[in-house]
Amino acid sequence: MVVISELEHAAQLFPYFLKVLGLGALSTVGLTVASFAVALLLGFVLALMRLSRRVWLRSLASLYLELFRNVPILTQLFILYFGLTHLGLTLPATVAAIIGFGLNGAAILCEVFRSAINNVDRGQAEAASAIGMTRRMALRIIVLPQAIKVALPGMANFAISLLKDTSLASAAAVPELAFKARMLVSETYQTNLIYLMVAVIYLILSLVLARMGHRAESRLRGGH
Amino acid sequence: MSYTPPATPAEQPLVRIQALHKSFGRIEVLKGIDLSVMPGQKVSLIGPSGSGKTTLLRCINYLEEPTAGDIYVDNQLMGQRQVGARRVPLRDAELARMRGSIGMVFQRFNLFAHLTVLQNIMLGPLKVQGRQAAEVAEQARALLAKVGLHGKEQAFPDQLSGGQQQRVAIARALAMKPKLMLFDEATSALDPELVGEVLGVMHQLAEEGMTMIIVTHEMRFAEQVSDQVVFMADGRIVEQGSPHQVFRDSQVERTRAFLRAVQER
Repeated sequence: MVVISELEHAAQLFPYFLKVLGLGALSTVGLTVASFAVALLLGFVLALMRLSRRVWLRSLASLYLELFRNVPILTQLFILYFGLTHLGLTLPATVAAIIGFGLNGAAILCEVFRSAINNVDRGQAEAASAIGMTRRMALRIIVLPQAIKVALPGMANFAISLLKDTSLASAAAVPELAFKARMLVSETYQTNLIYLMVAVIYLILSLVLARMGHRAESRLRGGH
Repeated sequence: MSYTPPATPAEQPLVRIQALHKSFGRIEVLKGIDLSVMPGQKVSLIGPSGSGKTTLLRCINYLEEPTAGDIYVDNQLMGQRQVGARRVPLRDAELARMRGSIGMVFQRFNLFAHLTVLQNIMLGPLKVQGRQAAEVAEQARALLAKVGLHGKEQAFPDQLSGGQQQRVAIARALAMKPKLMLFDEATSALDPELVGEVLGVMHQLAEEGMTMIIVTHEMRFAEQVSDQVVFMADGRIVEQGSPHQVFRDSQVERTRAFLRAVQER
């Protein structure tokens, strides 16, 4: 009897959970997309720096990588969110999270891009040089279009792990999916149902991302 | 009225290499090369692998930067600029401009894998030389016909045989209207039955008067096409002369030993 009434109770709460978690999921998607954009841009710049002929640019990029790869993302988020407050700079939690995930992701995407660029046969760049292209032209017209195909799976993997990692932002009170879930749990104690729903939502979002990655890959491959 | 006739190009070497050295780390690959190539001349570089032929060729268009020595192409110092008493490396854009007038054909073709045959040929003239698309397209089609690949305009490199790819690569180089063509073992990566079609195109090019420097293992081709044969070993030029002199009448034991070894294959 008790079991049934609990189930009934949960069923009654389901629409409410769905609404709250849905909003949280939207926030998670937004956080993921914004962080990915930051990581993409900065990661690309870092990759170019690592491939540069100038030693100081290479060292700077390496330093960045070591710094951001070897400190836990949660620690980085806390430093951005709480630490900067001490210096009189208060970032809204969401902005701090976007910057944090963006800076951290840049280090990961940098390596994805760098290895993709290195993966393109050296002969391609040489042939470009031989017909009078500058290094920059060769990179833009010949190397990067081929590297992007190689980089796509790595980018998709990063996007999926980023999506899941954004749950860490709940620790800094960013109102995303995991944070909303915790809120609901403390409000209703429906731990099982809530986290089951959260799991399903993350799963669906991840699968959608993976699907998008595959689409992009096969489109690039089909068109050579 | 005084009239000074311009120096006829034929009097000046198109390529002049002086005391060229190249090291990779501690290994000296070229140990002082002097070589001149006159306009219209066809020069074959032969010799055992590791003798430095390919490195020499790649130094001419500065794909490899020489460690010491000078290379002049059409009286222009490759890769460097004289500033007072000093030599400074050319900026990337200046070097690129110089390279644009030298065609190069690679052992492994190196066609741009993500572009069609036609795009491969048109890219340089369009992006580097800034020529008109219509004119470039017309020229590209004509070049394709010339290398016997009419109808392959829209194919991608991986849809072509090695011989076809190499002929496209030759067309791509010719599209830049080069004054000099460098061939780096252009047939070495080909299946034996495909070698002939590429040599045929090179033969035709030679007959049209193109200045060519050819690194090759095809001794018969070198003998038929070259004005000058250069035998290299251990980073030095051991012997150079007419094909007859080098192939039939060499007085240098090192050359003869190499030719014997090649013929035994």
